[in-house]
Amino acid sequence: MSLGGKARAKFLCDAERCIECNACVTACKNENEVPWGINRRRVVTINDGKPGERSISVACMHCSDAPCMAVCPVDCFYQTDDGIVLHSKDLCIGCGYCFYACPFGAPQFPQAGNFGSRGKMDKCTFCAGGPEEDNSQAEFQKYGSNRIAEGKLPACAEQCATKALWPVTVMTWQRFIANALSLVASVQEPGAGELPTRRKAANSLTDRRGSPRLSVLLT
Amino acid sequence: MNLKIIGAGLIALLTFAVTPAYSEDEKQRASTGGAQTLDDILARQKGLEVDESFRRDNLGSSDNAQPASSSLGTLGGFSSSDIYRGIRYAESDIKVSNNSHASEILVQDGGMSWLLTREGNVRAFAGYGIGGIIIALAAFYFTRGRMTIEGGPSGQTIERFKSFERFGHWCLAGSFIMLACTGLLLLFGRSVIIPIFGHEANAAIANFSIWVHNNIAWVFMASLVAIFVMWVAHNIPSKLDLVWFAKGGGIIGNGHPSARKFNGGQKLIFWMTIVLGTSVSMSGLSLLFPFEMPMFAKTFAMINTVLPAMGLPTELLPHEEMQLAHLWHAIVATTMIIAIVAHIYIGSVGMEGAFDAMGDGQVDLEWARQHHDLWVEEEQAKGAPIGQAGDVR
Repeated sequence: MSLGGKARAKFLCDAERCIECNACVTACKNENEVPWGINRRRVVTINDGKPGERSISVACMHCSDAPCMAVCPVDCFYQTDDGIVLHSKDLCIGCGYCFYACPFGAPQFPQAGNFGSRGKMDKCTFCAGGPEEDNSQAEFQKYGSNRIAEGKLPACAEQCATKALWPVTVMTWQRFIANALSLVASVQEPGAGELPTRRKAANSLTDRRGSPRLSVLLT
Repeated sequence: MNLKIIGAGLIALLTFAVTPAYSEDEKQRASTGGAQTLDDILARQKGLEVDESFRRDNLGSSDNAQPASSSLGTLGGFSSSDIYRGIRYAESDIKVSNNSHASEILVQDGGMSWLLTREGNVRAFAGYGIGGIIIALAAFYFTRGRMTIEGGPSGQTIERFKSFERFGHWCLAGSFIMLACTGLLLLFGRSVIIPIFGHEANAAIANFSIWVHNNIAWVFMASLVAIFVMWVAHNIPSKLDLVWFAKGGGIIGNGHPSARKFNGGQKLIFWMTIVLGTSVSMSGLSLLFPFEMPMFAKTFAMINTVLPAMGLPTELLPHEEMQLAHLWHAIVATTMIIAIVAHIYIGSVGMEGAFDAMGDGQVDLEWARQHHDLWVEEEQAKGAPIGQAGDVR
């Protein structure tokens, strides 16, 4: 199963909700049996220990026009109908160019040998496996779980305790924004909207200072 | 009185003359509260360079914070927009839960221009440059022919390069040719090999290439040092070289300009190999040990002190260091390949008797007298033995 090719898969992370618990990193590593020494996902903390500290969980952003796909000297990347960027470890030569091209530092390389030679690149697959047959043993060994084929969401986002990390399609996100905007519009009408409703509407789009949320900006 | 009016008028004129553009810009900026103006957006749409300092430097301040006792005090004066700009321009104070130092950079956008330069200018330089020199040399060969020994070989020989010199040369030459070929395979694999032989073949070739490139590089670096130690004394530039270059190495006018062990052209090749070889080795080392040996920020700072007009960036992200190292490595290596193709031509098919110098080390005495007259005199004064062509050594 896929998302039907009608939408593009994206990760969104709400920095107002992320509590830097690193459960997404652990869940990903466990679900996909990520090679020793590397993690497909990382939690970035901004202004750590200071007022206004925020955290955000980052992995592959599954770019629409992905630089890694463009630069790869062996052309090992491909994009599914759902916009998930995947790659073939059979072709990958571990040159590391995708890491230099990636704006978000997503590709990871297990140490393979001497003189900086790296093993096959490993990165977030949106829990959608790789080119092998869905949920085959070969696919699991190389790329980890294919939860998308099972009709499930990526493991990191599914277990996020504060619901900071969302695996959404752009369509879902647009619908969410539209709903929130209509909610904001409705509470502006005189007499409408109790305080909780108004707060809910405002919280969904903006932070407590009234500026747009990081998740809105990163979309 | 009049003077005062004139003075005031002058001051007013000067004020208007100096500030209009500035104040206009400031006024526009103020009208959007310090954010983008219509001019910025239009300029960006036209693909013009936009000074983004108004965004890059507008990162919020803890001075804006509410007192800690108030309800918003804990947010510390930074809005999410401020933080986003900090991330976007890599100015934030960032800590990561795992992975490398480079993963502290949340957004870097140098990758796009890097990969476009790689598949644009660098491939064009390598393709047209190396293709061009081969065509030029072929044209030279077919119009001027092979440079022969005037009067034919004498049959007597003299030792030009000792065995350890030839060993050093061929280690350098062999490793360079392997590095050049594998480097070009990596650069052109996707655009040339994939369309013809397919993805699997290219991946197999590239996998082999990268292994050879990473390991043979050490032979290149070691023999580069050996070459330098062996030959630097013979390659100090002298007045003789200017005469040699003025005569175009013998192409212009009649007769061969005099030379000692190495002539002007050979000294040029020697110093090209040493300088560019060192540069390609340094950038290669920083590619072999990713993110461990950043050297461009420091180099740029040094260049800036000599040539402040260059205004090169001295603060580079780890990724940008790697991108620059990669581009520089490819450009310098291509320059070397172009020069070495010419060197290979002149040392093989281009000149009668030249290959023997690096072949068995024994060159024809007549060839040596024509090309390295002063060296032959020195050697004979030292009592160098004269052999016969065809001797088994």
